[in-house]
Amino acid sequence: MQFMLLFSRQGKLRLQKWYVPLSDKEKKKITRELVQTVLARKPKMCSFLEWRDLKIVYKRYASLYFCCAIEDQDNELITLEIIHRYVELLDKYFGSVCELDIIFNFEKAYFILDEFLLGGEVQETSKKNVLKAIEQADLLQEVRS
Amino acid sequence: MSDIVEKTLTALPGLFLQTPGAGGPAAARAPFSSRLGGLIRGITALTSKHEEEKLIQQELSNLKAAVSAPTTTLKMMKECMVRLIYCEMLGYDASFGYIHAIKLAQQGNLLEKRVGYLAVSLFLHESHELLLLLVNTVVKDLQSTNLVEVCMALTIVSQIFPQEMIPAVLPLIEDKLQHSKEIIRRKAVLALYKFHLIAPNQVQHIHIKFQKALCDRDVGVMAASLHIYHRMIKENSSGYKDLTGSFVTILKQVVGGKLPVDFNYHSVPAPWLQIQLLRILRLLGKDDQRTSELMYDVLDESLRRAELNHNVTYAILFECVHTVYSIYPKSELLEKAAKCIGKFVLSPKINLKYLGLKALTYVIQQDPTLALQHQMTIIECLDHPDPIIKRETLELLYRITNAQNITVIVQKMLEYLHQSKEEYIIVNLVGKIAELAEKYAPDNAWFIQTMNAVFSVGGDVMNPDIPNNFLRLLAEGFDDETEDQQLRLYAVQSYLTLLDVENVFYPQRFLQVMSWVLGEYSYLLDKETPEEVITKLYKLLMNDSISSETKAWLIAAVTKLTPQAHSSNIVERLIQEFTVSLDTCLRQHAFELKHLHENAELMKSLLPVNKSCEDMVVDASLSFLDSHVAEELSQGAAPYKPHHQRQEEKLSQEKVLNFEPYGLSFSSSGFTGRQSPAGISLGSDISGNSAEIGLKETSSLKLEGIQKLWGKEGYLPKKESKTGDETEAPPVSQESIIENVDQTITKKDPSQALTQSKEEKEKQLLASSLFVGLGSESTVNLLGKADTISHKFRRKSKVKEAISGEKTSAHNMTRSSFSSPTNVTYEEDYYLDNLRDGRDKELEKFALSAELLGSESLAEPPLVEKLSECRRPAPSLFADDMEVFHPPRSTSASLASESSLASLLEETTDHMHSDLTEVCGTEAMSLSSYRIWKDDCLLMVWLVSNKSGSELEGVNLEIAPAENFKITEQPGCCLPIIEAENTKNFQYSVQMEKPFTEGNLSGFINYQMMNTHAVQLEFSVNLSLLDFIRPLKISTEAFGKLWLSFANDVKQNVKMSESQAALPSALKTLRRKLRLHVVDIIGSEGLLACQLLPSIPCLLHFRVHGDVLALWFRSSCSTLPDYLLYQCQKVMEGS
Repeated sequence: MQFMLLFSRQGKLRLQKWYVPLSDKEKKKITRELVQTVLARKPKMCSFLEWRDLKIVYKRYASLYFCCAIEDQDNELITLEIIHRYVELLDKYFGSVCELDIIFNFEKAYFILDEFLLGGEVQETSKKNVLKAIEQADLLQEVRS
Repeated sequence: MSDIVEKTLTALPGLFLQTPGAGGPAAARAPFSSRLGGLIRGITALTSKHEEEKLIQQELSNLKAAVSAPTTTLKMMKECMVRLIYCEMLGYDASFGYIHAIKLAQQGNLLEKRVGYLAVSLFLHESHELLLLLVNTVVKDLQSTNLVEVCMALTIVSQIFPQEMIPAVLPLIEDKLQHSKEIIRRKAVLALYKFHLIAPNQVQHIHIKFQKALCDRDVGVMAASLHIYHRMIKENSSGYKDLTGSFVTILKQVVGGKLPVDFNYHSVPAPWLQIQLLRILRLLGKDDQRTSELMYDVLDESLRRAELNHNVTYAILFECVHTVYSIYPKSELLEKAAKCIGKFVLSPKINLKYLGLKALTYVIQQDPTLALQHQMTIIECLDHPDPIIKRETLELLYRITNAQNITVIVQKMLEYLHQSKEEYIIVNLVGKIAELAEKYAPDNAWFIQTMNAVFSVGGDVMNPDIPNNFLRLLAEGFDDETEDQQLRLYAVQSYLTLLDVENVFYPQRFLQVMSWVLGEYSYLLDKETPEEVITKLYKLLMNDSISSETKAWLIAAVTKLTPQAHSSNIVERLIQEFTVSLDTCLRQHAFELKHLHENAELMKSLLPVNKSCEDMVVDASLSFLDSHVAEELSQGAAPYKPHHQRQEEKLSQEKVLNFEPYGLSFSSSGFTGRQSPAGISLGSDISGNSAEIGLKETSSLKLEGIQKLWGKEGYLPKKESKTGDETEAPPVSQESIIENVDQTITKKDPSQALTQSKEEKEKQLLASSLFVGLGSESTVNLLGKADTISHKFRRKSKVKEAISGEKTSAHNMTRSSFSSPTNVTYEEDYYLDNLRDGRDKELEKFALSAELLGSESLAEPPLVEKLSECRRPAPSLFADDMEVFHPPRSTSASLASESSLASLLEETTDHMHSDLTEVCGTEAMSLSSYRIWKDDCLLMVWLVSNKSGSELEGVNLEIAPAENFKITEQPGCCLPIIEAENTKNFQYSVQMEKPFTEGNLSGFINYQMMNTHAVQLEFSVNLSLLDFIRPLKISTEAFGKLWLSFANDVKQNVKMSESQAALPSALKTLRRKLRLHVVDIIGSEGLLACQLLPSIPCLLHFRVHGDVLALWFRSSCSTLPDYLLYQCQKVMEGS
């Protein structure tokens, strides 16, 4: 996976994770173009996009768009499931997650993402294991503080 | 307690949602000190972008003050970081905080450290200089006893880590592979995966530990190791074939549901794992029947088990189908996979349909009938409202294009092209259309019109190869001269029409194409005079929207037309106008035109009509300067010495080796100096300032670097049919298709056939025109006749020959300029003297290089003696071979053959040759062969000896043409009759066309004994890359220059076997076994050079560290370094 973006229906970026080194300028340009393209698509349309030499896989959950960039030989369907698994993890952690959870606790959302995907590859597919790792870190830091 | 607070806090935002007008009341209710919350609410309350900007700038300046204030505690710092991350996500620059993020990761407690690390991973990228400051922190945390700290450190390492600092953490991470906690092991594996991606050499030695990770008892660790394996197998699948069994077993277990339930996803067992394994198997089984056989069972089971109607099962199915089609085929599996593709294509879900189309593009070349099965779906997708589906369909059609359906498919592509705005799509599509048009164009008018569309839409974004190829195609023409003229005439006419249209702007590139064509081929026009064309060009020249580059093309066209024109009013006006132009380039062209115009005779000879393909005669030797040179010499000037000669003389005067590092002190521009002057002038830019415009035009067409899009595929023997036939054929055949289609439909579904609407009929008509020419003839709706023309445009071979001729001449020059160092004799003596003294190590090192260099140039042939497969060419040795090979009884025969060989050897004594080996034979005859490694080719010699007492007649030896070889029979070989007990030889010189590891050369021999039937024997010999590698004798400077000029490089560390673990023995092995030339030795580094015949050079730099040899290859050919590396590894590890 090359990068993952989360943005709202209004086009506001909520989360961004880049797995390839790019300059800030490029990142901004890509984000702007992609948000525009994805938001312009109709609900019945295909969840995949060809964009430059990349494949974009996106899915909308309530008011949030989750959007991943993969390479052409990657599997689009399983990428959709990666998005879904991430949403499940967020949901389990926050307890029926909504956009505001992610806005106000975006660092938590990042922590969860880092336990699930690492360096652009799926790190752990077991939901239980991911949440255990997060809880462990949360618990330890609370004991200290 | 804190746990509860945490929960309340996270629940709060949820409450905001329920309160209408979230801003005010919710803010009042929020008890937390979180200033982030305040910021976010502040932003949401704003209405304009401008206000937001103001607020955030304010926030940032507050933060800037806060982070640099000494009183800020780490806890506050953590809070600031979170806000900084937020600001940066909104697109504002927060770079002042980067250093504080690193500090926070370094100094904070767990809670703060976590945020610090997160901020670093979000702010910085791999090559950011600040990242170096993080290394110490990471090292410290990796050694921590706290599990969470170690996890954090591993997480950051797997995301961003500076490549040059890998050695600092590598041992620590390796240790973590044995950690008791699976989460640590898993993250360590992923960190190593990251290292493998950015610096594969550094983790090479731990490959064995990856195997341990693959066998880990924890599924997560095993799954993580698959990422590394996938990568490694992608790079080199042959090295991991032995693991196929393990991967198959793992997949079997996963599919069989043997994993813990935790790993299930929507009751499908570990889908990510399954997909990764299927990908790995795909790479392993490609083109390998034996390995593929191991996986048939498990693939079958995967296809069978994936029955649940859920996205994730489709994901697995898709991967499975792809694998089934990629590995060695098994018909039963292919059938099932084809059914699966059907499921995708026919699915009402749009995502699945898309993947179905994608799968079809993968498999269509193997199985075109699949496209026929789904043709109606494909037609529907072609008009799908979602452009992505449409585009994928076009991609599919692009792959099934042939001479019969080209017009329909290109029309569809053009329609899509006109709608799309994105540059990437346009470039891509335009390239495809141009490629198809060149390959399959049905007639001239269609071709020119299609290319016009390509140029006007693709304009200035398309690949420059497209106009270049198009012009070359027009200029070189095809086999039929009259047709060429028609094509050119049509192009000229269509451009004149286009230029007549008012107020239309064409892209610059299109105008350049037009001006070239008009300049070259306007003479073909009947009605319009050159003056009229010039007037049109002049009008364009006066247009302000046209770039000066295009204007240069236009003036060049006018210049070419001027000699043909009778009156020259406009030309004179043009000269007047542009000789005062501010653009120097245009002014130059105008002056050239002016002077040529004054001398009509010269102009006509300089700009002949329709000679753009004729070769230009360039006096490459600059002979017109000879008299000047002779004069200077007679007045006592020193004769000219080329640069390398001067350098060598300087070196020999100094009497020492050059210990300077190569490369740095040479400018890369020096490299071009070795090429022939002709080559340089050919490469000159079209708008450059050389004297003759017309000549420049022609030369620019012959640029060698142009990609040959329509090269080989388009070059097929022409079949009988002419264009006239085909244009008549389609209407007739289309009718028959419609009938056929109707019949099929009726058979399949009678009720549907009755209710067929007009629209459907249209679709079927479209289908029949699209899918014509696909599949076998037995398919119902196929055009009855075979593919009459496959490729419309072929180019003449003439130009190709000219280019190759040029290359060889350049090659000769290169070779002649290389000469081996002459001073080594002296050095060797020097070395021997010193060795007797045996004083210090430094001298030994020095001596070694002297020895190697000395023996290289002085005694290369004697070294050959030690080669097991080679023999020093000497008649006496050869006689021994002959005795081994001939039965002693036929001494006369062996004598005779010896004498015939003696003559052969006269010319080959200078070269090494292999032993004689028998390749086949009968009682009466024996065929044996040996190879002579000549400097310019491999000479294969086949000896046919008649062992019987009577004559052999009609002896004929033929070598089958092989894909990678160019084989030429040497003249003067043999009469078809071989007398009793005599030997004849056949010689073939073999050249390699592109690098490869091993190839096979086969052939057969026929002969007839007196009064008996003819006999035919087949034989084959294996040729390896090494047969075509020759030492490249160059000086160290030349090496430095070449090194800088080569783009393709490959680096690899090779472990040496014990017997070779030293520089001298390694060098010897490389020189003997691979025939590399030792250029220089500098300390523990060596420079070697070789060339692949005919003239692809490859350079090798190596360095010895203990028993590891770091090899670094560079070459002008992209694949050669890899093959050589492979050979190197073989000899270094093997013996």
